[in-house]
Amino acid sequence: MVPLWMYLVVAAALFSTGLFGVLARRNAIAILMSIELMLNAVNINLVAFWRYNTPLDLSGQAFAVFVFVVAAAEVAVGLALIISIYRKRQSVIAEDVNMLKW
Amino acid sequence: MDFSTDAQASVIAILPEILMAALAVVVLAFDLLWRRAQRHDIGYVAGFGLLGIAAIVFLVGIPPQSGELSDQLVLGGMVRHDDMAQIFRVMVLLAGGIGALITMGIPRLRARGDFYAILIVSIIGASLASAAADLIMVFLALETLSITLYMLAGYLRDDDASAEAGLKYFLFGAFASAMTLYGLSLVYGLTGKTNIYELGRLVATNGLNEPPVIIALGLVMVGFAFKISAVPFHFWTPDVYEGAPTSITAVLSTASKAAGIGLLLRFLLAVFPPAELLGAAEAVADYSGLWVQLVVVLSVVSMTLGNLLALVQTNIKRLLAYSTIAHAGYVLMGVAAISTDKSGDGAAAVAFYMFMYVLSNMLAFAVVILFTRATGSEQIRDLAGFSRRSPWLGLAMTLALLSLAGIPPAAGFVGKFLLFRAAVDAGLVWLALVAVANVIVGLYYYLIIVKVMYMEDSPSEEPVPVDLPFKWALAISAAGVLLFGTILVTPLLDWATDAAHALYVLL
Repeated sequence: MVPLWMYLVVAAALFSTGLFGVLARRNAIAILMSIELMLNAVNINLVAFWRYNTPLDLSGQAFAVFVFVVAAAEVAVGLALIISIYRKRQSVIAEDVNMLKW
Repeated sequence: MDFSTDAQASVIAILPEILMAALAVVVLAFDLLWRRAQRHDIGYVAGFGLLGIAAIVFLVGIPPQSGELSDQLVLGGMVRHDDMAQIFRVMVLLAGGIGALITMGIPRLRARGDFYAILIVSIIGASLASAAADLIMVFLALETLSITLYMLAGYLRDDDASAEAGLKYFLFGAFASAMTLYGLSLVYGLTGKTNIYELGRLVATNGLNEPPVIIALGLVMVGFAFKISAVPFHFWTPDVYEGAPTSITAVLSTASKAAGIGLLLRFLLAVFPPAELLGAAEAVADYSGLWVQLVVVLSVVSMTLGNLLALVQTNIKRLLAYSTIAHAGYVLMGVAAISTDKSGDGAAAVAFYMFMYVLSNMLAFAVVILFTRATGSEQIRDLAGFSRRSPWLGLAMTLALLSLAGIPPAAGFVGKFLLFRAAVDAGLVWLALVAVANVIVGLYYYLIIVKVMYMEDSPSEEPVPVDLPFKWALAISAAGVLLFGTILVTPLLDWATDAAHALYVLL
């Protein structure tokens, strides 16, 4: 059987990819996709921990289900906000959205 | 660990959420059924509904008096119904109710039933966050609060600043919550439990490797620091506060922040408890020193940077945004004190401070909405002569600013005094001294506004119109700020102290 640490490494790699994407990408859609990668890393973590540590206690799996339900809601709101910006400015580049400045 | 299965206790524990869910549906139904002219009054339903629920929570939502953890953990350990949950719930409900009333001063939002319904849902999230006792509930409550606030911040779609505020808040918020969630998944993985009291004991006694615990703690703190807008996770605050509809700025700076602080208190003490709280014999790992250091650092940089940047602001909403960053710093000083000072003074000071801070900020933002509506400006210089145009509003704004600055007779003074005392009692004297220096910096920019209002001449002498919802909102928050700073200090402080004691019951 594949050991637990391998899942955790995959999850950590996915999380780091997402983190890099959020910090490096300029397109709001790409940032949103990177955030989704980070949430998927969380889900891999949760399900792997559940399967290996406490297979009889379903709370880890329940947690994972809640995570992707909430992630779906978050994407819906995020895309709506991005579209409302796009309609005004014909751009989804995060740096162009900078009317508010200190 | 045993959880209470008492049906009545379970219902009372989530009574505010049940009532709020019903209220949201009622508001939506009125939005459909009422004619356009009637719909102008829909804010009263939402506002007085939330204030009524606050009264119900205060009178009926009394937690099980035994004080035992097993009686207070209900619904399979998802929610802990203790005094801390009660005081923070009353706080966020007051903030939400006043927030709904002052929304009625924004013409484009006044008759939008959907806006009020979403606002109520975000208050459900805030209210659950202050009682959450399970990682799943912590996550759900924070997301219910955040996702609805993203929508509300970007609600004025045809307004450039609002749409931009919504998008910025969303991108930063979703990023921070993903970081937190990864931290929560590690905490779950280390212990195999999701209930924070169960897993807190395992974190202390299981002899875990240190690095993963530290990483998990750090990641979780990112999300909390974002929610309470502590430096260095404050970048969104000024932009979002300036761009969002002003009533949502008010809710963001009060309900959202209070929920974050309430959750932070409970989470840190339960998941990374100081060894003495678990009985010295069984605990082997004590991570409380670590998070105290982390919180102290956040506290110092937040109050210093917040105050210094507030000095140069010309927009009143931006100034209040930086001032909330500074206040996050002050409150974190109390949070840092809760681990060493087991008397509960630190946590009581935090609860008291948040209560008065919610009322003071609501008062300030209510005046800002009226001022913006009358002059079409958010610049501080346009407040000139405000006290002559509307003496009562000028007085209300002065009271709010004095409270935020920490000058008696406003409640802010007592709150600051308690926080400083807690920090000194916990041995963080240097931190208290840094905070005193910061309070002096803060005095400068708060009093500048008072000076502009009272000493400078206004081009217009026309009084600023105050309509009925604002009379209510101003009266409630001003009465709170004054009374809790003078004759009602003791009852509120007693309540906060009871709440603080509940927080230390971990077994």
